[in-house]
Amino acid sequence: MTVILNQSFTGISIGAVLLLIALGLTLTFGQMGVINMAHGEFIMAGAYTTYVLQESISSAGVSLLVALPVAFLVAGAMGALLEWLLIRRLYTRPLDTLLVTWGVSLMLQQLARDIFGAPNVQTRAPDILTGNIAVADGISLANSRLFILGLALLSVLALTLVLRFTPLGRRIRAVVQNRDLAEVSGIATGTVDRMTFFIGSGLAGVAGVAITLVGPIGPTTGTNYIVDAFLVVVVGGIGQLKGSVITAFVLGVLQSVLEYSTTVSVAKVIVLVAIVAFLQWRPQGLYTLRTRSLA
Amino acid sequence: MLEIDDIRVGYDRSPVLHGVTVAVPKDGVAAVLGHNGAGKSTLLRAAMGLLKTAKGTVRLDGEDITRLAPHQRVARGMAYVPQGQQAFPHLTTAENLQLVADGRADGKEAIAEALDLFPALRDLSGRRAGLLSGGQRQQLAIARALITRPRLLLLDEPTEGIQPSVVAEIEETILGLTRRGGLSVLLVEQHVGFAMRAAQRYYVLEAGRVTSSGEGGAEAEQTVRAALSV
Repeated sequence: MTVILNQSFTGISIGAVLLLIALGLTLTFGQMGVINMAHGEFIMAGAYTTYVLQESISSAGVSLLVALPVAFLVAGAMGALLEWLLIRRLYTRPLDTLLVTWGVSLMLQQLARDIFGAPNVQTRAPDILTGNIAVADGISLANSRLFILGLALLSVLALTLVLRFTPLGRRIRAVVQNRDLAEVSGIATGTVDRMTFFIGSGLAGVAGVAITLVGPIGPTTGTNYIVDAFLVVVVGGIGQLKGSVITAFVLGVLQSVLEYSTTVSVAKVIVLVAIVAFLQWRPQGLYTLRTRSLA
Repeated sequence: MLEIDDIRVGYDRSPVLHGVTVAVPKDGVAAVLGHNGAGKSTLLRAAMGLLKTAKGTVRLDGEDITRLAPHQRVARGMAYVPQGQQAFPHLTTAENLQLVADGRADGKEAIAEALDLFPALRDLSGRRAGLLSGGQRQQLAIARALITRPRLLLLDEPTEGIQPSVVAEIEETILGLTRRGGLSVLLVEQHVGFAMRAAQRYYVLEAGRVTSSGEGGAEAEQTVRAALSV
């Protein structure tokens, strides 16, 4: 039982990382329908931002706190630039978007290799995040994992509040639902697209900061997570935040518990088969919105 | 107010409008009538900037707006109610209205005025637009367009597919808006009687060309019906 609980907590923390990555994808892929293969490299950019800041700020705690907004801005700016340079010309051509962003992804990985070298690098976690909290006999929770969990939940809350209660959030939702109607309602849809990409990519940057707490980072850091994050968005229901939240934690726990009783590879296969079976039964994902008309 | 001069518009390489000229008088109503597929909605979409014009110009109060994006035309005082009772289905009624009011200094007053025109919407403020009936969605669509306080309103078949009791209410509201001044209207409508009661000028469109035009008013109704029956 103790082992199952420990594995479950590890799974929840894996789910928290997946959720952080999937939040950005929920906007750019889930809401805008853009398959951005370079999203993983925005995670990588966030992770390297943390690394660079640690080089110049001696306190690991301060540098981590500074890294969160800076990584958001760096990755967000990269996303907005990508949208402005390439993606806005390809909105009606999804296959071209996929290929182009994959090319950009490879270029960004190579750029990271040129700047930081091919080997992975390690960042320092602040002392407060290096220990464990014992919650019961034999059950302990890693502080860094708890921090990531808190960060993910805070990000979900912030994104929910922005989307539901701010003018920008209303505009993003309106453009996603009916682009032409949004334009004739006076909304500059191109600007909204760029802002959506900025926020979605910025959240990937925040995920990159979180990832530095669970292991070394390298040029392919983002790629390792991106497929799972896409699965979270699809299974949760396209564009559905609460679907992504539930799916991220369920997949994380499932993967972690199965890994204990089998192997990493077998656990991955079982999870993927379960997802395929689920999508056969419910292709629209966990959540959809009910409407009388799709006008 | 609005001068559409000899415009040619199409979808991809298929031309739909072949040199159409239409003018909307200041503080007046121009009605465009025609059978399905004549190009009426295409004309409005082109006037609003949703479709590019291959040739010809669109002028608003003398300013050439042919190359402006739709949201830039809204900023210059145009509003558009598209065909099919369109709303943002996953936004609530209140959010559909607030969306247009955001950033406007007079947003609150504009919403209140729009709701005064369609009081039924007040009780539906928390309901998602996708769950409203066709008539309720059309009232929401018109209210949303009016929040920008337009000088020119483009209405595409505002009474199409709506239950008769609500049609009368929408017709009365539109007639009331045109009578109070300060608003010009380009109305596309299948109901000849309503269109001719509202319009000072009419245009009959057939296969992308204006085949008949003249002064509006109830007395012109028979002329228009004859033109449409050809």
